[in-house]
Amino acid sequence: MIKIKWFRGQWLHITFAKIALYAVMLCLVAFTALPLIYLVSTAFKPMDELFVYPPAFFVKHPTTVNFSDLVVSLGSSTVPFLRYAFNSVVVTLTIVFLTVVVSALGAYSLVKFKPPGGNFLFNLILMALMFSPHVTRIPSYLVVNSLGLINTYGALILPNIAVAYNIFLMKQFIEQYPDELLEAARIDGAGEFRIFIQMVMPALKPAWATLVVMSFVSNWNDYFSPLIYVTSQAMKTLPLALQTISGGAAAVSVGRAGATAAATFCMTVPTVIIFTAMQGQVMETMVYSGIKE
Amino acid sequence: MNSKNLTLGTRIKRFWHKNWMGYLFLAPFVILFTIFVVTPVLWAVGLSFTDYNMMQTPHFVGLNNYKLLFLDDEVFLTALANTLTFAVITGPAGYLLSFFAAWVINQLKFKRAFALAFYAPSITSGVAMSAVWLVIFSSDRYGYLNDFLLNIGLIDSPILWNTDPNYIMTVVMVISLWMSMGTGFLVFLAGLQNVPRSYYEAAAIDGVKNKFQELIYVTLPMMKPQLLFGAINAITGAFGVFDIAVSVAGMPSPNYAGHTIVAHLYDYAFIRFQMGYASAVAVVLFVLTFTLGRIVFRLLSSKDE
Repeated sequence: MIKIKWFRGQWLHITFAKIALYAVMLCLVAFTALPLIYLVSTAFKPMDELFVYPPAFFVKHPTTVNFSDLVVSLGSSTVPFLRYAFNSVVVTLTIVFLTVVVSALGAYSLVKFKPPGGNFLFNLILMALMFSPHVTRIPSYLVVNSLGLINTYGALILPNIAVAYNIFLMKQFIEQYPDELLEAARIDGAGEFRIFIQMVMPALKPAWATLVVMSFVSNWNDYFSPLIYVTSQAMKTLPLALQTISGGAAAVSVGRAGATAAATFCMTVPTVIIFTAMQGQVMETMVYSGIKE
Repeated sequence: MNSKNLTLGTRIKRFWHKNWMGYLFLAPFVILFTIFVVTPVLWAVGLSFTDYNMMQTPHFVGLNNYKLLFLDDEVFLTALANTLTFAVITGPAGYLLSFFAAWVINQLKFKRAFALAFYAPSITSGVAMSAVWLVIFSSDRYGYLNDFLLNIGLIDSPILWNTDPNYIMTVVMVISLWMSMGTGFLVFLAGLQNVPRSYYEAAAIDGVKNKFQELIYVTLPMMKPQLLFGAINAITGAFGVFDIAVSVAGMPSPNYAGHTIVAHLYDYAFIRFQMGYASAVAVVLFVLTFTLGRIVFRLLSSKDE
């Protein structure tokens, strides 16, 4: 065992086991991080570096030519890349906003107003946590179809708002909010909506920050909704655009390799940024997502 | 009081007066949840007993779809086998990996950085990351893995990772495991940080000696709710495998080696438009995940304490 003087006069104890532990963890970090680093590095590779043999991991002469390719040369095809990006941004942000509001309102009612039937609903929500969303794809499609929503933003947005997980998380969190504060506000004559907006929502910031991250990530990456609810290319979002650009499975076509890397980069970066920005809030909330009866 | 003597109208009025605010707050969620979750589940069950191609009205065929599925549809049985293999391996592996990663990270310095590094893959898109992994698993000499294996002389010619039926599922599993440290992992990490220090101190007095005993006698029992949540997450995730498989092997994949239950569902529903048959596939998926979910619920529920 080695002892090293750490800052603030603390002693850092270094044992062999600890070194081994950090080494193992760093190997795992390499496993998780290397594809991401490769992704970033490749997006900035010029054409000749994309195809060198043996393959090179890091970029030597970074360039943004792939990004301009993505926007310019693919722009000449029927649907410009920026249109896909625009669709993704509009759809994802709308869902995130609506799901936070709808789940918060619903969860608040379940916990604080306890309307008759609320327990039954909560049991349904618990059940809905337990099956994969794919089960409802077909009838959802039929519902969306009969509502005349196919090929609209509504088809991409509406089915993704009432997510069982989201209201569940909100409910667990709101249970911690003291009733006394609500009573005090009511005695002071505040209306229910005012109480909700001015008192409850600010106090729930960690919970909805988490929902913002979760719902942004899952909808930004959602592959199924645009696959089945829209048929027009102009309404597709980034995950499908990416598959079209890369030429789908197996074939990493020569001319498109650069543009694919750039598109992958564009798809991945927003999610990582959002999570990093809100990591603190998220960690605070996740404690409450355990399931208790 | 004398509520029994009140007229029905007055009682409804009182009920309404007491609860309208609650229902108003709950309404948006209930409406959307009913339209896009509850109705579709019931509808799927109903449709699974019919023959429906979206042109004609569905007609009742009894258990026919299920008979066809399990007795005549070899592709479905392949899909079922692929999905079960995938779920049995990546479900528990991803779950344990997430827990141990969280458990170890919780005892290290630089928690936040480690957490980010482990969590980051799961917030990337399966489709996007398959594109990156395909470069590693590329079937020619340019693929990193083939290049590496050729260099150290383990193989003579490149392995066709994403076209050879023997390797497709393995590749899909590696990518999925890589992405598996998602919500479950975060919940575990948060749960671990929430176990009060005093519990460990009390346990030490009671004779708990090392980290592993601490884990078994203090940490795990305290974390049942999080473990339950993580398990349910892992089950639904493992049985829903689809987009990674399609991105790796295409659809249909060579010899159906990358075919999964959800791929089969998608195939019949949105390519062949045999909605009744596809609904039967959905119901099988529902029964599988739901049964497992209930079992896990029984095992990990904190009610019995």
